Amino acid sequence: MDFSLTEDRRMLSDSLTRFLADKYGFDHRKTVAYEAPFHDTDLWSEMCELGVLYALAPEDAGGFGGAGFDVTTVFEALGKGLCPAPVLGSLLASSLLTSAGADQAGLLDGSVRYAAAIGELDAPYDLDDIETTFEGGKLSGRKSVIYGGNDAEVFLVAAKSGDTLGVYEVKAADAQVTGYGLIDGGGAAELFMDGTPATEVIADARHALEHALDLGRLALCAEAVGLMDATNEILLDYLRTRKQFGVAIGKFQALQHRAVDLETEIEQARSITILAASRIGEDDQAKIVAMAKNLIGRAARLVSEEAIQMHGGIAMTWEAAVSHYAKRLVMIDAQLGDEDYQLEKVMAGYAA
Amino acid sequence: MDLSFTQEELDFRDEVRAFLDEKLPKELSEKVRIGGELDKEDMDRWHAILNEKGWLATGWPTEFGGPGWSPVEKHIFEEECAKAHAPRIVPFGLAMLGPVLQTFGSKEQQDQILPRILDGSDWWCQGYSEPGAGSDLASLKTRAVRDGDDYVINGQKTWTTLGQYANKIFCLVRTKTDGKPQEGISFILVDLDTPGIEMRPIKLIEGGHEVNEVFFTDVRVPASNLVGEENQGWTIAKFLLTHERTNIAGVGFSMQGLTELKALARRVKRGGKPLIENPLFAARIAQMEVDLEAMKITNLRMLYTAQTQGAPGPETSILKIKGTVIRQTQNELARRALGPAAAPFPSEDMFGNAALAEPEDVHNAATYFNNRKLSIFGGSNEIQRNILSKAMLEL
Ligand SMILES: Cc1cc2nc3c(=O)[nH]c(=O)nc-3n(C[C@H](O)[C@H](O)[C@H](O)COP(=O)(O)OP(=O)(O)OC[C@H]3O[C@@H](n4cnc5c(N)ncnc54)[C@H](O)[C@@H]3O)c2cc1C
Repeated sequence: MDFSLTEDRRMLSDSLTRFLADKYGFDHRKTVAYEAPFHDTDLWSEMCELGVLYALAPEDAGGFGGAGFDVTTVFEALGKGLCPAPVLGSLLASSLLTSAGADQAGLLDGSVRYAAAIGELDAPYDLDDIETTFEGGKLSGRKSVIYGGNDAEVFLVAAKSGDTLGVYEVKAADAQVTGYGLIDGGGAAELFMDGTPATEVIADARHALEHALDLGRLALCAEAVGLMDATNEILLDYLRTRKQFGVAIGKFQALQHRAVDLETEIEQARSITILAASRIGEDDQAKIVAMAKNLIGRAARLVSEEAIQMHGGIAMTWEAAVSHYAKRLVMIDAQLGDEDYQLEKVMAGYAA
Repeated sequence: MDLSFTQEELDFRDEVRAFLDEKLPKELSEKVRIGGELDKEDMDRWHAILNEKGWLATGWPTEFGGPGWSPVEKHIFEEECAKAHAPRIVPFGLAMLGPVLQTFGSKEQQDQILPRILDGSDWWCQGYSEPGAGSDLASLKTRAVRDGDDYVINGQKTWTTLGQYANKIFCLVRTKTDGKPQEGISFILVDLDTPGIEMRPIKLIEGGHEVNEVFFTDVRVPASNLVGEENQGWTIAKFLLTHERTNIAGVGFSMQGLTELKALARRVKRGGKPLIENPLFAARIAQMEVDLEAMKITNLRMLYTAQTQGAPGPETSILKIKGTVIRQTQNELARRALGPAAAPFPSEDMFGNAALAEPEDVHNAATYFNNRKLSIFGGSNEIQRNILSKAMLEL
């Protein structure tokens, strides 16, 4: 048994954490995360130079990582730094290109921005509900809340050709893209296609899509762990320093027990994220990732709501970093399958 | 035991419904329905309509221009207003300062100020909290020092809701620094045009501007602006806290919220079917509905106590705690129902061709975040529990 990170991953974690603390400080983040393109494109290039994207892809696809623990290492650091950069979209797209055995040099060096267009308005989480169609080299349909889609150049689109779910590549320039900012920072887009020219990337992509989504879910779990750690640090500092009735509010037992409950849930969240990272590529990957995302959904909301409540009014303000951490923590649940959706997947095995 | 309204109360409800049907402008109810931001003009407009009917100051006795309603009638009015998406009555002048002046104010203050609250000439805001004095309000530091016929005020207030629309502020200030902190506080009225006052906006978590900070530097206020005696401010503040607690549970809003939540869950699809058919999600709604059904009766029981025995007791803190939790749960479910479509920052794009949701749902996530305030302000839910365990359970 060994719960420590490998030397390479520890170095990546340290350098990314330091980079974000130095360059993506809260004041800067607060500005760029809410104005188009909803992240800092110069810092994006610098992050890519650090090797952030290469860490997400396996060696035979041109990267130097791609394992579950590579993904969690990167995303935990992104979470701790509350980074709005569109790394999730890159991860999903990279995983699809890896499955396809396609060239992804441009994605990995950061020169071409990709996004994965999977969810739809009536199909926010489940691949079975997808209605976008591919026929005669053309795509028709609407893809919704594509993370990082607001300034992507290439979309990898999940669509049905007959009864088969495939992945097709569309150039942003060939389609209608409406980008917008998200309430927790960062950007996304709606993609409208109506006989839009597309090329096939994977003809039968069911497995590849599920795998990409699992990696994405794992990434979100790790991001949430980083966010929760940072939020907890801010909260504990406040409980120790904010005084009311002549004492630090952390002296009130009504708050002490709840702070301990948060700590407990954060440790549980960390554990199940480690478990999920270890199961990537194994038979029970889907089930364990679903368990992790379910627990994260519950823990992240609890940490968010309790951190606000125990701060009092100050956490309701835009100027306080904790409010932005709190928003991100809550909104993670609605990405790639919420708590209930994941629970259904866990329950699905029971009847068998 | 009879849980139904009397015939008179039912008639009253019909009268309220007919009034709202006729007089509530559609532009206003539509703004409220979609959770949009109301500006000063909107709120003034609704106040004026209510005032014309004599229904603006719902808690005031008739001698001061109120309708003289019983607690149950007030409840019916509030419930119907919520159902019709009427703008909320801004509480600071009407529900807070009004009753204070009626109880503690001089005849001159009553004559001068109350009519100006009713006709909208003055917009009041509440200057209680300070950066260092939130839950521990009695530790407030803003100083008022007597100088001839004036008080000179120095210090800072914060969280001043809708101060950007106000021309007046009522403040708790420190007039004595020795002795118990509660015994050195006074209640004073300040004109916001007075030299030395600066107001700065505070941006909230979801991006909106509804609160402000107010800075006082050598602000001269006539001593006649004091309400009650010098150093009697804490008694007045406590009076305010126990007064006006009938709508504290927000039952009307919650009933309306439940209807909207069900409509949303019927509209949104998962797995090709309406979300409301999903057992996990339906169970979340159902649990909240059970709590709300009980809350309605808890609320009516406390109204009944208030109606038959006078002022409500500390048990109204139960309404605050449970009522805010129910509303926050509804906001949470509405955000959850939309899934990823709740994530966009509300902007014009979200109402156009690229909209991801119906107009009434565009603000779901923003409302969820903004309403985290419900369990913080007006005495946080922790402070309510402290009150209950001490005053009701005697622990
Ligand atoms: C949106 C908004 C609008 C507001 N509008 C107004 C306004 O118009 N006018 C005005 O005067 N004020 C207003 N307030 C201020 C509000 O009343 C205060 O936020 C509230 O009293 C809590 O104070 P605080 O924020 O300083 O938190 P603190 O008092 O610092 O509390 C921090 C945390 O400690 C807890 N705590 C404190 N003491 C105890 C204890 N003894 N036991 C257990 N837990 C405890 C609190 O419950 C909270 O969780 C507003 C606040 C908000 C957020």
